[in-house]
Amino acid sequence: MPEQQIDTNQSTQLNWFQKIKSMPVDSTPKTILVAVTLCLVCSMIVASAAVNLRPMQDSNKLRDKQVNILQVAGLYKDGIDVRKVFASFDPRIVEMKTGKFSDAFDAQTFDDRAAASDPELSIELQDDPALIGRQSRYTTVYLLKNSNGSLDKVILPIYGYGLWSTLYGFIALEENGNDIFGLQFYEHAETPGLGAEVDNPRWRKQWSGKKLRDENNTLLIQVTKGTGPEMHHIDGLAGATLTSRGVDNLVKFWMGEAGFAPFLRNLTTGDT
Amino acid sequence: MAQTKRDLLVDPLVDNNPITLQVLGICSALAVTSSLQVALVMSLAVTIVTAFSSMFISILRNYIPGSIRIIVQMVIIASLVILVDQVLKAFAFQISKTLSVFVGLIITNCIVMGRAEAFAMKNKPLDSFLDGIGNGLGYGLLLLVVGFIRELFGSGSLFGFTILNSVNNGGWYLPNGLLLLPPSAFFIIGLLIWAVRTWKPAQVEEREYKIQTVDAH
Repeated sequence: MPEQQIDTNQSTQLNWFQKIKSMPVDSTPKTILVAVTLCLVCSMIVASAAVNLRPMQDSNKLRDKQVNILQVAGLYKDGIDVRKVFASFDPRIVEMKTGKFSDAFDAQTFDDRAAASDPELSIELQDDPALIGRQSRYTTVYLLKNSNGSLDKVILPIYGYGLWSTLYGFIALEENGNDIFGLQFYEHAETPGLGAEVDNPRWRKQWSGKKLRDENNTLLIQVTKGTGPEMHHIDGLAGATLTSRGVDNLVKFWMGEAGFAPFLRNLTTGDT
Repeated sequence: MAQTKRDLLVDPLVDNNPITLQVLGICSALAVTSSLQVALVMSLAVTIVTAFSSMFISILRNYIPGSIRIIVQMVIIASLVILVDQVLKAFAFQISKTLSVFVGLIITNCIVMGRAEAFAMKNKPLDSFLDGIGNGLGYGLLLLVVGFIRELFGSGSLFGFTILNSVNNGGWYLPNGLLLLPPSAFFIIGLLIWAVRTWKPAQVEEREYKIQTVDAH
């Protein structure tokens, strides 16, 4: 009878299911089954959360970066329209080696981080005090103009390794390319309460008014414990020697010849 | 001992506090208590993770093979922690920045694992959920007390609002810098444990040694 055949078919399926079900929880097949199922379910939940929340996280990061550029330029106040104020900045791409503006990329969409790991756009560093491995050949800088159109400040991205993480930040220089207006990091994973004090406004205030170079054009800016040349010395963070050393290295690197020195020279001569 | 639902919630606050009695979860208690706002978010995150991980583990408790039960618990806890981390990054970006790695480190918080292993593996889902909430709140309560002391006397503010105007801002209060450093939380937690055990002598552990008296000649 056809009916019976279906029945046996079903019962074999049922048997297979029941066989596994009737096994003790600690049996090997059931252990593997539980492990695989659990991993699949958990990985799906985690993956879908990561994918679905990505756009919001990215827009948070972008806004945070813009807020940081505004803050380092002294333009940020609570409740301002970040996007509108940020429009007063002129983002430009600089070719690091020549220190001149480049039109090879669109400054609005150029991704500095992606460029730094792209073999086409970056170079491997031999001398690498900031411990960044590869350096992009092109970098986005932000120019802030006065109301009469002359250059007011220039905001340069800087980054390098601290104790646990790469610190990403900006340094704002006056139009002479030597006086520091401010310095601020927007992303790092240093120890809260110790290395993370690089975010502390009181520590950051020290940078304002310091000079990168002396009259002989020697790069003197330094972050050390204790004392140093008054116009060029930043006191290191208490309890965060390695983070301070990282900041010291990365500022020296980015302000040096491998960094923005050629661009800053061109900026002062107006030959960009 | 049959526990009522209310006991499950209230017991871990003082009588069976995970930090003061069981001395678990100290690492994060040191790290995230320098300001109240961060302490509050951390408490909420730990409460949510403990409650839901206990509930899911309790639902699955009859299917979890004994040989891989710790791994199963860890997978569930880790998944929840990643979820919390992702949600914080999407909706509370500034706070997730200050918490940095410590959200991820909830995975290794002994309280979460301890409740899963000690309670959720033997009890019903609802009870386990309440137990998780209770223990999370017990942890949070202590975090907030420590955070209150550290932020008030370390920075002169509460939730970021200035209470004691500090010298650096032109006021009169000289902040105690030690309180902003993690070791100060050790002292505060130690003093709190002392205070709680004086208030409730039942929590004092029995000595592991005996004092012997020597007869005088």
